[in-house]
Amino acid sequence: MFKKRIYLDYAATTPVDPRVIKAMLPYLKDKPGNTMSLHSFGQAAKQALEKSRNKVADLMKAQPEEIIFTSSATESNNLALKGIAFANQNRGRHIIISPIEHACILQSSKWLEQRGFKITRLKVDKYGLVDPKQVERAIQKDTILVSVMQANNEIGTIEPIAEIGKICQERGVYFHSDASQSFGKIPIDVNKLKVDLLTVSSHKMYGPKGAACLFVRKGTKIEPILHGGEHEFGLRSSTVNVPDIVGFGEACRICKQEMKEESKRTMKLRDKLIKGVLENIENSHLNGHPKNRLPNNANFWFSFVEGESLVIQLDMSGIAASTGSACSSEKLEPSHVLLAIGLKPQEAQGSLRLTLGRWTTEKEIDRVLIILPQVVKKLRRISPFK
Amino acid sequence: MDKFYTKKVLEHFQNPHNYGKMKNPDGIGKVGNIVCGDVMWLYIKVSKDKKEVIKDIKFETFGCVAALATSSVITDLAKGKSLEQALKIDNKKIVKALKGLPPVKIHCSVLASDALSEAIYDYLSKNKKKIPDVLEEKHQRIKKEKEIIEEKYKDWIEIEEKMHKEQK
Repeated sequence: MFKKRIYLDYAATTPVDPRVIKAMLPYLKDKPGNTMSLHSFGQAAKQALEKSRNKVADLMKAQPEEIIFTSSATESNNLALKGIAFANQNRGRHIIISPIEHACILQSSKWLEQRGFKITRLKVDKYGLVDPKQVERAIQKDTILVSVMQANNEIGTIEPIAEIGKICQERGVYFHSDASQSFGKIPIDVNKLKVDLLTVSSHKMYGPKGAACLFVRKGTKIEPILHGGEHEFGLRSSTVNVPDIVGFGEACRICKQEMKEESKRTMKLRDKLIKGVLENIENSHLNGHPKNRLPNNANFWFSFVEGESLVIQLDMSGIAASTGSACSSEKLEPSHVLLAIGLKPQEAQGSLRLTLGRWTTEKEIDRVLIILPQVVKKLRRISPFK
Repeated sequence: MDKFYTKKVLEHFQNPHNYGKMKNPDGIGKVGNIVCGDVMWLYIKVSKDKKEVIKDIKFETFGCVAALATSSVITDLAKGKSLEQALKIDNKKIVKALKGLPPVKIHCSVLASDALSEAIYDYLSKNKKKIPDVLEEKHQRIKKEKEIIEEKYKDWIEIEEKMHKEQK
């Protein structure tokens, strides 16, 4: 897939699988219909939409009518938080979130907070795990929603979602989980997880950008945030993005077939990478949980070097990676996830995330294990700290 | 600007000029803070004649691409200059020499100019020479900024100090 360059940023976005592109092409060329049209073009589009809905539902063991297509995980998360907040504010105005959520959850919560909602931000342990007991203690009479991501996008830690789901169900509180990073990588069953809402995104699982969905369990009281032509069961008005949704559906079908084998394969490569880095680079540390982590995620911090320099130097050596350092962010603040797991700012500065995927090979991992120690060494030579 | 960093910045980052520790420097400028992400140490050697020329200059920097590139380029700009000329190297000249910096990284060029000023200040005060008013003002500003940051990040800075000591 990638000639000469090594792509290890699959958590940022994935390339589109060629099989997905093939499935999408007809809907970009000779099947241009609007799903709301009565003529045969429209009906073909409508059919493709419903077929895709089935495929997405199938991968999470949901009912097709519980799948609301959106344009992005950000939109799904906004819909989940604001939609539940607005629809249930007569019952209560208290929402609980984890501190390591994606910015779209954090910012939506903040926005709701400014409008009179009460937000409780939980704590996580040094691996990034949320303690379900803490969730139980945080639930109050007026709590309407708990939102905890299934797996963290930076450090890959997988949260005890089923346990939290059970607590929420017992207490009659809606439970949302952002599964953008985990869907298609680990098995997900919305009934076993006991979630009422689940966010999933196409471009993290070899589908195109521009398609995502929110699972909304039947009977959930939720308000739309986009009003108009009543698409998606009235929960998300907008002309349906058929080509991308078809791609999304096809991506789900492929994941269903290949997930088990692929996760095993990437996990093996990931473990080789983690072991190699910790053994070959002095003062290197693993971020996130050693076991409960996504099969494709490795995240480290290296003492005495800064993450943005690492990423750019790696890029010059043909390796694409990412960092949570302050210098790499617009706000010039280190990653909130790394700070939440107890890293000091200077430690978070030296963080590096490597995420593997469908086209990562063992040869590439071997090459990274040669280049990365050299890059760290070079930057340490320039650093006053050694 | 199409890309985040100019070619010039990346050149300096990839092959930094004059980096490393200097033995027995005449002046050292230490600026920045690891908590904020950039630490720059600049060493100078000054000729003993009346001209007071910076005959050698070296740096050690922990930081992002821009911090490394500004450190590297300021050593080029200052080398061979008299102290008086060197003090005129402000952050605008650094940005110009790098053919631009992203707005969010301009502070790195200020840091480099501060490091040089501090090294010269250190040399002048060690040798009990007269310190120009502008330099004294700049030194006071840097000192004040440092105090504010240290107050803000008290606990974390202790760890930084420990790191300094460990390497000695």
